[in-house]
Amino acid sequence: MSYTLEGRTGTWEIVVGLEVHAQVISHSKLFSGASASYGGEPNTHVSLVDAGFPGMLPVLNHECVAQAIRTGLGLRARINLESRFDRKNYFYADLPTGYQISQFTHPIVGEGTVEIELGDGTVRHIGITRLHMEQDAGKSMHDQDPTRSFIDLNRAGVALMEIVSEPDIRSPEEAGAYLRKLRQILRYLGTCDGNMEEGSMRADVNVSVRKAGEPFRTRCEIKNVNSIRYVMHAIEVEATRQIAVWEDGGEVDQETRLFDPSRNETRSLRSKEDAHDYRYFPDPDLLPLVVEQAWVDELERALPELPDDKRDRFVKQYGIPRYDASVLVAEQAIADYYEEVAKGRDARLAANWVTGDLFGALNRTGRSIQDSPISAQALGGMLDLMADKTINGKIAKEVFEDMLETGDSAADIVDRKGLKQVTDTGAIDAAVADVLARNADKVAEYRGGKDRLFGFFVGQVMKAMAGKANPAIVNEALKKVL
Amino acid sequence: MSLDPATVRRIARLARIGIDESDLPALQGELNGILGWVEQLNEVDVEGVTPMVGTGHAALRTRDDVVTDGNCRDAVLSNAPDAVGPFYTVPKVVE
Amino acid sequence: MSLTELTIADAAAGLRARKFSATELVRAHTDAIAALNPRLNAYITTTPDAALAAATHADAALAKGEAKPLTGIPLGIKDLFCTNGVRTTAASNILKNFVPPYESTVTANLLRDGAVFVGKTNLDEFAMGSANITSAFGPVENPWKRKGDDAALVPGGSSGGSAAAVAAGLAMGATGTDTGGSIRQPAAYCGIVGLKPTYGRCSRFGTIAYASSLDQAGPMARSVRDCAIMLQSMAGFDVRDSTSVNRDVPDYSAAVGRSLKGLKVGIPAEYRAEGLSAEIEAAWQQGIEWLKAAGCEIVDVSLPHTKYGLATYYIVAPAECSSNLARYDGLRFGERVEGPTLDAMYEATRRAGFGPEVRRRIMMGTYVLSAGYYDAYYLKAQKVRSLIRRDFTESFQKVDVLLTPTAPTPAFAQGEKTDDPVQMYLNDIFTVPASMAGMPAMSVPVGLGATGLPLGLQLIGRPFDEETLLAAGSALESAAGFTHRPAIRAEGAK
Ligand SMILES: [Mg+2]
Ligand SMILES: [Zn+2]
Repeated sequence: MSYTLEGRTGTWEIVVGLEVHAQVISHSKLFSGASASYGGEPNTHVSLVDAGFPGMLPVLNHECVAQAIRTGLGLRARINLESRFDRKNYFYADLPTGYQISQFTHPIVGEGTVEIELGDGTVRHIGITRLHMEQDAGKSMHDQDPTRSFIDLNRAGVALMEIVSEPDIRSPEEAGAYLRKLRQILRYLGTCDGNMEEGSMRADVNVSVRKAGEPFRTRCEIKNVNSIRYVMHAIEVEATRQIAVWEDGGEVDQETRLFDPSRNETRSLRSKEDAHDYRYFPDPDLLPLVVEQAWVDELERALPELPDDKRDRFVKQYGIPRYDASVLVAEQAIADYYEEVAKGRDARLAANWVTGDLFGALNRTGRSIQDSPISAQALGGMLDLMADKTINGKIAKEVFEDMLETGDSAADIVDRKGLKQVTDTGAIDAAVADVLARNADKVAEYRGGKDRLFGFFVGQVMKAMAGKANPAIVNEALKKVL
Repeated sequence: MSLDPATVRRIARLARIGIDESDLPALQGELNGILGWVEQLNEVDVEGVTPMVGTGHAALRTRDDVVTDGNCRDAVLSNAPDAVGPFYTVPKVVE
Repeated sequence: MSLTELTIADAAAGLRARKFSATELVRAHTDAIAALNPRLNAYITTTPDAALAAATHADAALAKGEAKPLTGIPLGIKDLFCTNGVRTTAASNILKNFVPPYESTVTANLLRDGAVFVGKTNLDEFAMGSANITSAFGPVENPWKRKGDDAALVPGGSSGGSAAAVAAGLAMGATGTDTGGSIRQPAAYCGIVGLKPTYGRCSRFGTIAYASSLDQAGPMARSVRDCAIMLQSMAGFDVRDSTSVNRDVPDYSAAVGRSLKGLKVGIPAEYRAEGLSAEIEAAWQQGIEWLKAAGCEIVDVSLPHTKYGLATYYIVAPAECSSNLARYDGLRFGERVEGPTLDAMYEATRRAGFGPEVRRRIMMGTYVLSAGYYDAYYLKAQKVRSLIRRDFTESFQKVDVLLTPTAPTPAFAQGEKTDDPVQMYLNDIFTVPASMAGMPAMSVPVGLGATGLPLGLQLIGRPFDEETLLAAGSALESAAGFTHRPAIRAEGAK
C-alpha cells in the first residue's frame, strides 16, 4: 500500500530524491598523490596541491575514474565516454582553492536504475539521474578554541562519487531500501566501503509533498544526513513540516536545511539573502576526459556478480526461497560463505544452517561473517557428518554449539564426546525390545489403534541411546516389532 | 548590460572583496566601461561554433593510484598566518 | 666588452674557455643590480649571496669540465615562478611574505642546467597589466629614454621587470610569462627578444596562475640564440601539469640561422589596425623586405576575428583569474587581515591584499561567470576564441609563419594612458590573438623609432613550431643589426 500522510486538508504524498556522496576506495586522492586513507594525524594526508598552494595543479587519478565507471556499470547506467571537470566556486574555510572540482555539465555516468524490494515484497525501480566525480572538502572543528575554528585538510581532495537519484522515492521505507541497496552495490563493486559513521557515504535528501495527481511542489534539500535511519526520520519530519506550512496557507521556500536528530526537526541552514552563485565553468587546468569504449568493456567484464544477479542465481542453482537468497546476498562475504558451505552439499540444508543457527550465533556474539568462529569449511564438515549419517540433526545442534565455543572441528567434537550415531541394528533392536518390555500397556494401546504413540516409542528409544541412534533405523526397527 | 550599484555590491560579496560605499561609483563606472567595450562581441556570429576547451593540443592524462605526496605538514603549515598546533585557523564559524 | 653586455652564448663560451670565471660574471651582475636596481626597480627580491655561492659551484663544475648548458649564467626570474626558500610575491601585497617550500618546474629545469638566479623580477601584480605599474612593489622604469626627454617610461608588462633587467644588463636573460602578450610586449618596449612558446610547451607547475588556459612561460634575452638556449632548458613535458604536452624538445639552437629559402610568410591585413603608429608600420614594411631578401615568399592573409581578440581576452582571463585567485583568502598562506567572522576576514584580507587592477579583474570575472551571464559572456567568448584559433589554423595552411608588429606604439611614459582601463588594454591588441589560440609567438627588436625607442616585430608560428620562429627571428635580427643599448645600463653605471 502506498505511503501517505494525513493533513487537515486531506491526504499528502511525499516526493523524495537523494544525492548520495560516496567516497571512492582509492589509495590516493582524486587530483593529488596524498593518501586518501581515513584517520591520520591532522594535516598529514595533505599535499601542497590539496592545500591549494600557488602554482599547484591537479592531475587526475586513473583508478578513481575506473571506480566511477565500475559504479556506473553496477547501476546499469550509461557511461559517458567524454566527460569534463568544472569548477564550482565558493568560499569556505575547508575548501582550500575556493572552488570544488566537480563534474557539472558533463558527468562521467548518465541515467541508470536501482531495483529495490520492500518489506511486503513489492519491487520498485528508482531512477538514477547521474553519477559524477568530485573532490571532498576538509574538516572544520569548532570546539577546540573559544574564538577560532580549526581546519584539517586530510579529507580535502579525496575522491567522491555523487550519485543523484530521480525524485522517484515515495516513502521513508523506500528511501531506506534504496540506500541499503546502493550501499550493497557499492560494497559488492569495491568502489565505496559504505561506512556511514566514518562519513564515507552521506546523503542530501530532497523532499517535497503534494496531493495526489499534482505536479511537484517546492522542495527542500536536507544536507549531509549520515545514517539510513536519520534519512528516514528526516523525510518524515520534513514532510510533516511542509504539510503544515502549506496547510497554514504558507509557501515552502526552496532552501537548504539541516536535520537535528536530537530534536527530531529540520532547520534552515542558510538564509536566502546569501543565495549561492557557484559560477561553474570548465576547469582550465584539466582537459576533457575521454575514455575508450574498450576500456569500459574491460572493466565490465571484470565486474563481480551483482547482488540481484546473485540472488536470482541462488534461487535457481540452489533451489532456495527468494527471501533466503536475498538474505544470503546481503553481503558479498555472506554469499561467499554460503556458497562454500553449499558446494557439493545439500544447499537448502546449508541455507537453513547459515541463515538460522549461524546468523543467530553471530548476532548473539556481535560478530560479522568475516570473523565467524565457525569457518565455512568447518560448517561444511559438520554437514558432511550429517550427510554420511555420522550424526543426526539433534546431535548436530550440540556439535554446532561446541564448535562455536571451542573452535574444534565437528569430527573432533564427535570423537571427543562420543557422539557418533549408532547404526548397529543389534544395539538398536535391544533398546527397542527393552522399551517395549517396559511399556507393555502403551504397546497394547498402540496396537489397539492409537497410532500417535509411535512417536513416544521413538523418543524413548532415542533417550535410551543418549540421542545417538540413527532415527531412520530406530523407526525401521520399531515398525518391524510393532 | 549595465551594472547598477546593487549588482556591484553583490559581485564584490561573491568575490569576497570588501568595498566601501565610496568605492562604488568609480568601480561601477570602470566595470561598465569594460562591459560596454566587450559588447562588440555581439557582432560575431557564433552559430554552431563549439566553445574552446583547452587549447586542443592534448587529451587529459591520468596518473597511477599511488601515494606519492603528503606527509609534509611542516611545508603545508609553513606559511600559515595563524596556525595552532597542527591546524590552520579561521574566525569561529557558527552554523 | 663588459661582462654585462655579453650574450648567453658568448658568456657560456667564455666560461668554458676560462676567459673569466662564473664568479666574475655573476659578480658583475650582482654589482650592476646593486647600482641600478634602486632606480629601475626591476627586481623585487635580489639574492646576491645565493648567486655568488652558486657561482662558486659553477666554477668548480667548469674546472672539472662538467659544465651544463647554462652553468654560471646569471638569470633573473619573474617573481611569478615559485622558488624554493626564496620569497615569491607575484608583486602582490597578499603574498609579500610568501616563501614557497617548492620549486616551479621551469626554474627547476634552469637550475638543473646550471643557471644562477640573481633575483626575482618585478611584474604587474599577478601578471595583470601591460605597463608594470600595478606592482605592489612600485613601478619598473624602462632603461630606455626618449631622445632629449628624461621622463620615466614604462617597460611594458607584465614581465616588465624581466625585460628591463635584461635590457639594462642586470641579467643575461630572464624568465617571463605571457598570458596576453606579457613576454612579447615588454620585450618590444625594452629592445630585447621575447618568446612565448606554444601553450603546453613549458610546464605551468609552480608558476602562480593568472589565467590558466593562456599562461605560458618563456625566455627573454638579448638575442634570438639566447632565447633558443633558454627555451631548450625551460621547455619539456611535466606529468604534474595536465596541460603540458608530451612531445620531444627539439634542438632549438639548430634552428637559429637556418635558411629561410622558400619559407612562406603571411602578412595579416587586420593588423594594420587603427592606432598603429607610422614608425611601427614602417618597421613592419622593413621587416617584410628583409624576409623577402632572405628568400621568403610574402603572402597576404586574413585573420578576420583578430579584432575581437582583446574583448575575448578581457572576458576569459578575468573569469579564470577570479577563480584562480580565490585561494588567496588569508588562511593557509599569504597576508591575513583579521575580522570578526570568516567572511569579514575574507573581505578585509582580499581588499587589503589585492591592488585595484586585480580587484577589478576579479570582479569582472566574477560577473561574467555569474548566473544568467555565463552564456552571454564566458561561453560566447570561448566560441569566439574557437573562431580566432580557426583563423590561425586556416592561415597556416597557406603560410609557415606570420609577421606582425608586436605593439601599436613604442614604450610610453609612466602616468600616460592610466585613466581608462580599456585604453591600457589596447597595448596588447597584437599579442592577444596568438595567446587566445595557443600559438607560439616571438618579438624581435628591429630598430629605433623617431623618438629613439626600440620597435619590435612579432612572428607567430604553428603550434610547436618554435623552430621556425627562431629561424625567421634570427634572420630579422641579423638584417636589423640591432646593437642599440638603452640609456640606463650596467656598463654606463660603472
Ligand atoms: Mg547536494
Ligand atoms: Zn556534491
